[in-house]
Amino acid sequence: MLTDQAGKGVDHHAPGPGKSAQIPLRTGGDLLQLVSPDGERISHPEFDIWVKDIGDEHLCSLYEDMTVIRRIDAEATALQRQGELALWPPLLGQEAAQIGSSRSLRDDDFVFPSYRESGVAYVRGAHLSEIARVWRGNASYGWDPLRINLATPQIIIGSQSLHATGYAMGVQLDGANTAVLAYFGDGATSEGDVNEAMVFAASYQAPVVFFCQNNHWAISEPVRVQSHVQLADRPTGFGIPSMRVDGNDVLAVMAATRVALDRARKGGGPTFIEAVTYRMGPHTTADDPTRYRDPIELEDWAAKDPILRLRKLLEAKGLLTDDVEARVKSKADAVAAELRSSCIDMPDPQPLDVFNHVYSTPNSWIERQKHHYSRYLNSFNQPAEEGAL
Amino acid sequence: MSKLTFARAINAGLRKSLENDPKVVLMGEDIGSLGGVFRVTDGLQKDFGKHRVIDSPLAESGIIGTAVGLAYRGYRPVCEIQFDGFIYPAFDQIVSQVAKMHYRTQGRVKMPITIRVPFGGGIGSPEHHSESPEAYFTHTSGLRVVAVSNPQDAYTMIQQAIASDDPVLYFEPKRRYHDKGDVDETLDLSTALPLDKAAVVSTGSDVTLVAYGPLVKTAKDAALAAADEGISVEVIDLRSLAPVDYPVVEASVRKTGRLVITHEAGQSGGLGAEIAASITERCFHYLESAPVRITGFDVPYPYSKLEMHHLPDLDRILDGVDRALGRHNSLSGLEG
Repeated sequence: MLTDQAGKGVDHHAPGPGKSAQIPLRTGGDLLQLVSPDGERISHPEFDIWVKDIGDEHLCSLYEDMTVIRRIDAEATALQRQGELALWPPLLGQEAAQIGSSRSLRDDDFVFPSYRESGVAYVRGAHLSEIARVWRGNASYGWDPLRINLATPQIIIGSQSLHATGYAMGVQLDGANTAVLAYFGDGATSEGDVNEAMVFAASYQAPVVFFCQNNHWAISEPVRVQSHVQLADRPTGFGIPSMRVDGNDVLAVMAATRVALDRARKGGGPTFIEAVTYRMGPHTTADDPTRYRDPIELEDWAAKDPILRLRKLLEAKGLLTDDVEARVKSKADAVAAELRSSCIDMPDPQPLDVFNHVYSTPNSWIERQKHHYSRYLNSFNQPAEEGAL
Repeated sequence: MSKLTFARAINAGLRKSLENDPKVVLMGEDIGSLGGVFRVTDGLQKDFGKHRVIDSPLAESGIIGTAVGLAYRGYRPVCEIQFDGFIYPAFDQIVSQVAKMHYRTQGRVKMPITIRVPFGGGIGSPEHHSESPEAYFTHTSGLRVVAVSNPQDAYTMIQQAIASDDPVLYFEPKRRYHDKGDVDETLDLSTALPLDKAAVVSTGSDVTLVAYGPLVKTAKDAALAAADEGISVEVIDLRSLAPVDYPVVEASVRKTGRLVITHEAGQSGGLGAEIAASITERCFHYLESAPVRITGFDVPYPYSKLEMHHLPDLDRILDGVDRALGRHNSLSGLEG
């Protein structure tokens, strides 16, 4: 399977400091950046050590993953326009945030995503058909959460932050050194659940990382409607250390995520990461951002495109050879083709599937309705009785 | 067999579950050193530790939301909602997450969460402490909802709820917490009446009276009083509110031809409406009269000096029995 070759499970051996990273409660608005928008590597006294193992090949594989998930996104958007998917929430512009964070995770870590983390699903090893089928309407889930340690897409905003915290409390009870990561967006920081999650995580010092992709828009509402302070300033009030990173800089995202995961594993408690990025597409394929967004803002962010930035870094290092370009293109083409074919070939669910799995054991109410509906469906296959109206 | 109060019976059931399954954890507000505001968890934190009997922050959505995560990790959380009227901040987590996770993941992820809710009135409390919110949850697919009426069931059904792989809302009639009853602590769960079964608690032949939770005692008292007048009332303790064990109610109504349903919750859109409709559909030709509902009014739970008017009592239930029988009653002569 192509998707099994996603670069997972190899990046987490971060050669960071031996003991749990000490990061202070943040006080300023500094944005952690290790690669400038021009592709220039910026050295950082504390965070360089967290990415020093990332060599040339590794950088190229990050570039590959980011390119592939952008291609998945474009193909899925096209499939929606062609009526093959009912809806799609694009991740365009958030590739560095999603790849940098998810490639910092271990297989035994557990992830609670929102609905936009299709790139994370790809890295965790979800099959392309599993990514597509929720949005095609063929199932209410995609992948088996317990197979790839990734919960199903969460649509209720911020709800999963509590699930991640509870899971992390379970990890503590087990005495395991697994870390848990919750993805949510800038809009979710206004939800009670995210705030309650921070209360619980701080209170129990749960090994959870709150990874907030501030993509600046909650459908049509700009982030200033959600908060009068930087989002990274909020968790400090809960006693949770936070980092504000350039979410379009894959190295900075990796460094910050590795620091946070390391703290979690070593009993350091929760960490909040604000990855400052931008939703370059619509909220979903049902949205029209031209009604509320200044096109100049989009242009500004296009200049800070995460993939473009990594290309520039690779070019400066002489790594962007024809060979690498051809390899990445062929991978992206193959993934897109598989996404398309697996989507179109997907078998439709059967009518009586509507009743399945509501409960884990038979339920008299549901059994009765299933029985009645089954008779109703069968009634179309039987000839009408003689003389019946 | 031991004589236990309702509250002690639940405590004993919780204790047994904690002993038998290391994955059982209790969460809630004030359930640790205080033992809960009703002392239902008294002594459990001392005996099982703060890691298994967890005093939570004062955030109901947080309690249920973290329980979802614990269930994901393989735990069996038992959450206490301190009072019925405090459950609403957790409503979204219960309805959108706890209830739907099994369906959403097509059975990959189970939610063996028990949510204990002291419910109902009659204790002279201020607002938000006497509500009966069960119909919100019986209307939510994916949840099992039970209401216990006596110490033995309280002891047995809390263990069955915890052992259930499906989420269970377990409603405890708080005004009965101090009632005592015989509890057989050696009862084998596998041979006990299953969690989703109703019980006929008084047999009779003239009228079927359906009750649950705190009103089962009132209904039984009403049946005794009716017997004095020569009326034979069969009382059914529903026990399970979702699903309702209709075969038991049907069998009774086929025998008596008359149905009275009583609950403290308001009438419109309540469980009584659902039972009246379902029984009418299932055994219309056996009914001698229209089903009767004796319930709380469609008002916010009133201040305590008025609650005796709101709560169905023995006389109001008997008035309903008279109505079902076509005897003279308070509504005699009224059309519609």
